[in-house]
Amino acid sequence: MPHTKKPRVATVSLAGCFGCHMSLLDLDERFLQLSDIVEFGRSPINDLRRFNERCRVGLIEGGCCNEENVQTLVEFRESCDLLIAVGECAIMGGIPAMRNTLPLADCLEEAYLDGRSVYNPSGRIPDDPELPLLLDRVYCAHDVVKIDYHLPGCPPQADTIWQALVAVLSDNPVNLPYELVKYD
Amino acid sequence: MDLPLRERIESVCRQYDRRRDRLMDMAIDIQAAERCISPEAQDALARELGMEVVDVQSLVTFYAFLTESPTGRVVVRLCDDIPDFLAGLDAVAEALSSELGLEFGQTSPDGQITLERTPCIGMSDQCPAALVNEVVVTNLTPESARAMARGLLRHGDPHRLVEHTGDGRNSHELIRAMVQNNLRERGPVLFGGPVTGRGLEAALRKPSAEVRAQVRASNLRGRGGAGFPTGQKWDFAAKAEGTRRTVICNADEGEPGTFKDRVLLTELPELMFEGMTIAAYAIGADEGILYLRGEYTYLRPFLEHVLGLRRRSGLLGRNILGHSGFDFDIRIQMGAGAYVCGEESALISSCEGLRGDPKTRPPYPAQSGYLGRPTVVNNVETLCAAARILEHGADWFAAIGEPQSTGTKLLSVSGHCERPGVYEVPNGLTLSDLLERVGAKQVQAVQVGGFSGHLIPPREFGRRISNTDLLTGGAVLVLGEGVDLIAMGVRVLEFFVEESCGFCTPCRAGNVLLLERMKRVAAGHGEEADYTYLAELSEAIKGTSRCGFGQTSPNVVLDLLRHFRPVLEKSIGIDPGNGTREAFDLGAALRDAERISGRRSTHHLAERTEHREAAPRKEVKIDGQTRQDTPKEGER
Ligand SMILES: Cc1cc2nc3c(=O)[nH]c(=O)nc-3n(C[C@H](O)[C@H](O)[C@H](O)COP(=O)(O)O)c2cc1C
Ligand code: SF4
Ligand code: SF4
Ligand code: FES
Repeated sequence: MPHTKKPRVATVSLAGCFGCHMSLLDLDERFLQLSDIVEFGRSPINDLRRFNERCRVGLIEGGCCNEENVQTLVEFRESCDLLIAVGECAIMGGIPAMRNTLPLADCLEEAYLDGRSVYNPSGRIPDDPELPLLLDRVYCAHDVVKIDYHLPGCPPQADTIWQALVAVLSDNPVNLPYELVKYD
Repeated sequence: MDLPLRERIESVCRQYDRRRDRLMDMAIDIQAAERCISPEAQDALARELGMEVVDVQSLVTFYAFLTESPTGRVVVRLCDDIPDFLAGLDAVAEALSSELGLEFGQTSPDGQITLERTPCIGMSDQCPAALVNEVVVTNLTPESARAMARGLLRHGDPHRLVEHTGDGRNSHELIRAMVQNNLRERGPVLFGGPVTGRGLEAALRKPSAEVRAQVRASNLRGRGGAGFPTGQKWDFAAKAEGTRRTVICNADEGEPGTFKDRVLLTELPELMFEGMTIAAYAIGADEGILYLRGEYTYLRPFLEHVLGLRRRSGLLGRNILGHSGFDFDIRIQMGAGAYVCGEESALISSCEGLRGDPKTRPPYPAQSGYLGRPTVVNNVETLCAAARILEHGADWFAAIGEPQSTGTKLLSVSGHCERPGVYEVPNGLTLSDLLERVGAKQVQAVQVGGFSGHLIPPREFGRRISNTDLLTGGAVLVLGEGVDLIAMGVRVLEFFVEESCGFCTPCRAGNVLLLERMKRVAAGHGEEADYTYLAELSEAIKGTSRCGFGQTSPNVVLDLLRHFRPVLEKSIGIDPGNGTREAFDLGAALRDAERISGRRSTHHLAERTEHREAAPRKEVKIDGQTRQDTPKEGER
C-alpha cells in the first residue's frame, strides 16, 4: 500500500542500555533530515507510549528479559510492517544474556541477597506486583518474533542505522558497505 | 600398607620408561587402579614426566573412560544408541536405575557402583547392551537388568554376570564373554577358509615393491569408511622420507552400529596380525600398533595371547620367518571412549599420548604420522583382506565384487530385522537384496555407514554397497515404519555434539546449533524457514570443518531434508499468525519467576500462556510408540 503521508518509524529499548538509541541521536544534523522524511510513532524520542497508528518500520534495541519486553515486542510486530533488530542485544541477547548460564533464582539471590555489595535489610527479593516478571533467560528479539533485518554492532554506527533506514524507507535493498558492518 | 599416591604413580610411569608418548597407557592403568586420575595424581604424573599439569589434565578430561573424581568400583555403562532404543532400552534403563537405586550419572554413596550411559559399544546386534567395567552384557530385558543389578549389589563381581558364554572364541578361556558373533554369512574372502599364514610366507618371498604392486593390482580399498586405495597408501608410506616406519591397525570401531571388526578381532586375529605384518614388510616398518577401542578391553588378554604365540612362532620379532633384517613387533594401544579417535590422525595423537585431536593435513600420516614417522593406518578388515590377497592372488580377489569395487564387504546389520548380525557380501550387493537376506520388512529407511553415513529412503533401495555408490564402513541400520526419524536425527546430533573434539568452530558450535534447531522441529515447533536454515548451516559445517567428523556430522539433517521432507513438514507448528515465533513458549519462560515470586503473570498474556499449558511439548522418543500419550497434531 503506497504511503501517502510520511512513513512512520517506531523505536523501543527493551533489554538494552539505550546505547543504540544514543547512536541514533549520533546522526547529528542528519537527525533533522530524518524528521523531514519520517514521522515518529511510538518511541522514547517523542515519549509516545502507545501505537496510535500503524508504522512502517520498528527499530528494536535489546532482547527480552521480562514479560513486559515480550508484550512490547509482540505489539511492535503487530503494529509495524518491518522490524529491524538494532545492535548486539537485540540480535544475540548481548550483555544481559550473560545471565543465561545461571538459573534465574541464582541471579536474583546474587543480586538482592548474597552479592558482596548488597545492602538489603528487608532480605527480600523485590516482589512488587507492578514489577514485570523476569523470563527464565534473556531471549533475543528473533527468538520471540520474526525480525526482518539485523543491524550488527554495539551499538551500530549512526551511519549504519541511517543507510539501512533510508534504504528500507525507499524500498531499496539494504546493501551496507563493508566498513559499516565489520567489527574486528 | 599402601604406598603413597606419588609412589604408586611413579611405579606406573616406570613401567612405561617414563615415556610421555605412553601417557595414554599410564592414564588407563591409573584409572583402573585408583578409579580416577585425581588432580593430585595428575600433578604427580606431570612431575614424573616433566610435563605441564594442564597437558595431563587436557588428556584426562578428553576421554570418556578417564575421570577426575572417583567412579564406583563397578561402572555400569548402558549403551543408549538408536538400536538399543529400538530394542526397548527405556524399560531396561528404568529397571536398572530403580534396582540399583541410582540415577544415570550417579555413584552409590558407598562408592561401589556408578551408573552411566554410553554411545554404541559395538553390540548393536544384541542390544540393549552394557559394559560392566570391561565385561559385556547383551540382550538386556527389564528382568535380566534387574537380576544383574541385584547380582552386582550382592557380590560386586562383573565376571559373575556371565552365565553362558557366546559362540566360537567368545567362549575361549581368555575371553569368556556372553557376546555372540552372529556371523550370518561367510563370504569367500575373509571367512572363506582357515587362516593358514600363507599370505605372509608368499609376501616374504617377494621384494617389498612387488607386495605393494600386488595389493595395488587387487584394487583393494580401505574398509574403514573412506575407501582410499590401500596399495597407493602403502606406496606413499614406503617412499616417504624417514628412518622408521609404523603400521597401525584401526580397531576403534566407534561408528555407532558398526561391530564387524569385533567379529574379526574375535575369530580372525591371526589373519589381522598377518595383514599387519605384510603391510610392515611392504613399507619397511619395524613397529606396529593395534589401536583397540576401550569398549573392547574384554578382547585384550586374548589378543595379547595371540601376539605371544606369534612371537614364539617367529611370526613377530627379529628376522621374521627367517627373513633376515625383517624385524617387526606389535603392541596394543587401548582407547578410552572417544569416537573421534577412529579418525586416523586423531588415533595417532592418541597413540602418542595426547588428547585425541585430529591433526592438520597435510602432512598425511603416510608422509609423517606416528611420532613423525611415515605411517600406514588401515582398518582391521582391510588388513585381513590384504593377507588374503597375498595368499590367493590379486586376480582372485579382483574377480569378486565389482571392477571398481573389488572383493567383499563385511556389514554390521542392526535395527528392525529378523537376523541382525555380520554379513560378508560381495561388493555391489543392492540394499533390497540385503534387506531380503536380513529379513527386514516394512522398512521406512536404512542408515548406511552409521551416524556419519546416509539415510536411504525406500525408493533408493536399488542402490549398491560399493565404493562407487554407497561407500560404507559397514554399518547398516534398518529403521522400520514406527521409527520417528526426526527424533532419530536429534539423537544422532546429540552424539556428534558430545563427541566433537572441539578444535574447530564449525563443528564445535555448528553441531550445537543444528541440534538446537532440530529439537525445535522435533517438538513440533518447526517453521518453513527452519529448513533453509538447517540446510545452509549443514553445508557450512560440512564445507569448513577440519576433519571428517564435521564434514559428515550434518549428513543426517541433509538426508532428512532431501528424502523425508513430508515427515519434517508434519512437524511444522501452528503459526500464531501475529508474527510471534511458534517455538517461543512464554508460559514456560515465566514458570521460574512465577514460582520465585509466588504470583502469576499480571500481564495480558494469560491467553497465550494457557494455550501453551494445554499443549505440553512432545517428548523426543525414537520409538514412535511412546508418543501416544502426548497430544497429536490437530488436538492443540
Ligand atoms: C570421525 C571419524 C571416525 C572414524 N572412525 C573409524 C573407525 O572407527 N575405524 C576405522 O577403521 N576407520 C575410521 N575412520 C576412518 C579413518 O580415518 C581412516 O580413514 C581409516 O582407518 C583408514 O583405513 P582404511 O583405508 O583401511 O579404511 C574414521 C574417520 C572419521 C573421520
Ligand atoms: S547493543 Fe550495545 S549499545 Fe545497543 S543496547 Fe546492547 S549494549 Fe547497548
Ligand atoms: S571437525 Fe570436529 S572433530 Fe574434526 S577437528 Fe573439527 S572439531 Fe574436531
Ligand atoms: S551397542 Fe548399542 S548401538 Fe551399538
